[in-house]
Amino acid sequence: MKGYNFAYLDEQTKRMIRRALLKAVAIPGHQVPFGSREMPLPYGWGTGGIQVTASVLGRSDVLKVIDQGADDTTNAVSIRRFFARTAGVRTTTHTSEATLIQTRHRIPETALRDDQIIVYQVPQPEPLSRLEPSRVETRRMHALSDYGLMHVKLYEDVARFGQISISYDYPVLVNQRYLMSPSPIPAFDNPKMHLMPALQLFGAGREKRIYAIPPWTEVRSLDFEDHPFRPIRAPHPCGLCGATDSYLDEVVIDDKGGRLFVCSDTDHCVGRRAAGHVGAEGVPEAAE
Amino acid sequence: MAYVAVKGGEQAIDNAHAWLAEERRGDTAIPEVSLAQIDSQLGRSVDRAMGEGSLYDRELAALAVKQAQGDLIEAAFLLRAYRTTLPRFAHSLPVDTSGMQIRRRISAVFKDLPGGQILGPTYDYTHRLLDFELTQDSGGTAVKDGDPIMAMPRVPDILRHEGLMEPDGDGVAEPGDLTRQPLAFPASRDVRLQALARGDEGFLLALGYSTQRGYGGTHPFAGEIRMGEVAVEIEPPELGFAIDIGDMVVTECQMVNQFKGSKTTPPQFTRGYGLVFGFSERKAMAMALVDRAMRAEELGEEVTAPAQNVEFVLYHSDNIEATGFVEHLKLPHYVDFQSELENLRRMRREHEMASPPLAGNGQGEGAVQTLINR
Repeated sequence: MKGYNFAYLDEQTKRMIRRALLKAVAIPGHQVPFGSREMPLPYGWGTGGIQVTASVLGRSDVLKVIDQGADDTTNAVSIRRFFARTAGVRTTTHTSEATLIQTRHRIPETALRDDQIIVYQVPQPEPLSRLEPSRVETRRMHALSDYGLMHVKLYEDVARFGQISISYDYPVLVNQRYLMSPSPIPAFDNPKMHLMPALQLFGAGREKRIYAIPPWTEVRSLDFEDHPFRPIRAPHPCGLCGATDSYLDEVVIDDKGGRLFVCSDTDHCVGRRAAGHVGAEGVPEAAE
Repeated sequence: MAYVAVKGGEQAIDNAHAWLAEERRGDTAIPEVSLAQIDSQLGRSVDRAMGEGSLYDRELAALAVKQAQGDLIEAAFLLRAYRTTLPRFAHSLPVDTSGMQIRRRISAVFKDLPGGQILGPTYDYTHRLLDFELTQDSGGTAVKDGDPIMAMPRVPDILRHEGLMEPDGDGVAEPGDLTRQPLAFPASRDVRLQALARGDEGFLLALGYSTQRGYGGTHPFAGEIRMGEVAVEIEPPELGFAIDIGDMVVTECQMVNQFKGSKTTPPQFTRGYGLVFGFSERKAMAMALVDRAMRAEELGEEVTAPAQNVEFVLYHSDNIEATGFVEHLKLPHYVDFQSELENLRRMRREHEMASPPLAGNGQGEGAVQTLINR
């Protein structure tokens, strides 16, 4: 794009971000402060993820951008266009074709490989923020692995509700050391982070933090022996492709309580339908 | 089928942009507003966009105000996003406000003082009556260039001669820059002042006001408020001396605050400082109040109020950050909401099946429902 560097950010800024990324990879789950820039998209729209993507993106990369698991949600479209415009890289909607995947709120259903990188957009990198608002204090807690407050919160959930009541942004312990926010992905996706072959990078633009999980790193969702971690999923098959193991969106189809449950990962759903799977409310592919 | 409704994001975005452009222009029978008109007739809007956008350029700020349809936070955002792409070829020397070409200068602590009180173009003593004359083109009166007003001593400098005012810092150290380095604590005063100068006028106004109503009182007097042009100088290393690269209009407020002294410091006045681009007196004054409030810990005062909590103030003063995070709630959250729905359904199922959980001392939703069940 005329007047702008490849992938928008200038090379010095990219270098600064890559240095933060290297530190983040070296200390899995640790939040590294970085000089987050003001981006032409608003804070909260994925400025952290965009800066990370811009810093690791190369000309031969193939980029996929998803929001809520879907390639066609407006913000995913907007970010994909941003990179198509500023970097001119190839984009795709197919998880398996992408070398770089930027995501908001989901991890694709298709297992990621060791030649892929996934970049998460993070609104609030501090997993303790709802329990302790001061960052001075939470930094101290991380330094001392003082995570008792979080365990007490989980215990109080069990005492009051009979179970841990967190359904998304479910806290994880990375490499047996740092408590980390997995970003607001549903707890359903947490197990995918564990021993993932792909490099996982996290960017929080407004809060000016970067963190990472190197490939094949242990990621454990916090739980108790007698209250093990339970991923949550709507107990239905996908209405369009019949999948019983994917995370579902709930679509309101009328004002009488009618609901359609469909895969939130649109690429996964389209792929299954192309392979001939049809759900109860779906139409065979040949009909289109 | 209902599911089709969520498709078509690309087309929807294009249509939204086209509609926005049409809305921005409005009725084409009405002449389009020019940047020069915005700059000269909506100057306070331009000032605010420059201040919170952290970029002193009246023409670009006028463009931002026009492009944002007068939404000043949006205008500041446009300026910030542009500013961040600009190369930095030099740092200015500290501007010397004692050499200001004064357009307004008042002191609330001395009836008269060297240089006198200059009201300048203030709203202070206007009666807020809608002026229906302005519904018509007023024609206006030609601006007369008055004699430039001589530089005037600053009130804190006058007090300092008697040793009643705390001294300035040495000003030797390189100042921090929030736009390059993320905020870290403890945050030094230079960084705090930068954050306040970029901060939201409304937020600072409310916080400054709160200190006056008892939440971290600082016993302020408006020692001096001055507005006018100051020279901006840089010192290129290859030259070895400073050169003037232009002037800018700033508003400076120096609050004079009581301080009882400590074991090491005799009783003296302390200062809260405010400096803002353009003519933005409200913000400069609020900034000075909040700056002084945030010095509570440094001066050995008890830290109890929001305005004294440095972390609270600095993390929430930036309206570009704030508006982004507040407004991001309108982005899709289907996935998280679905997980909450399932969670709630499961909890309600288990609640129905199980005997009511312990009500305890009546805390929480479970307890409320238990009471209803009984």
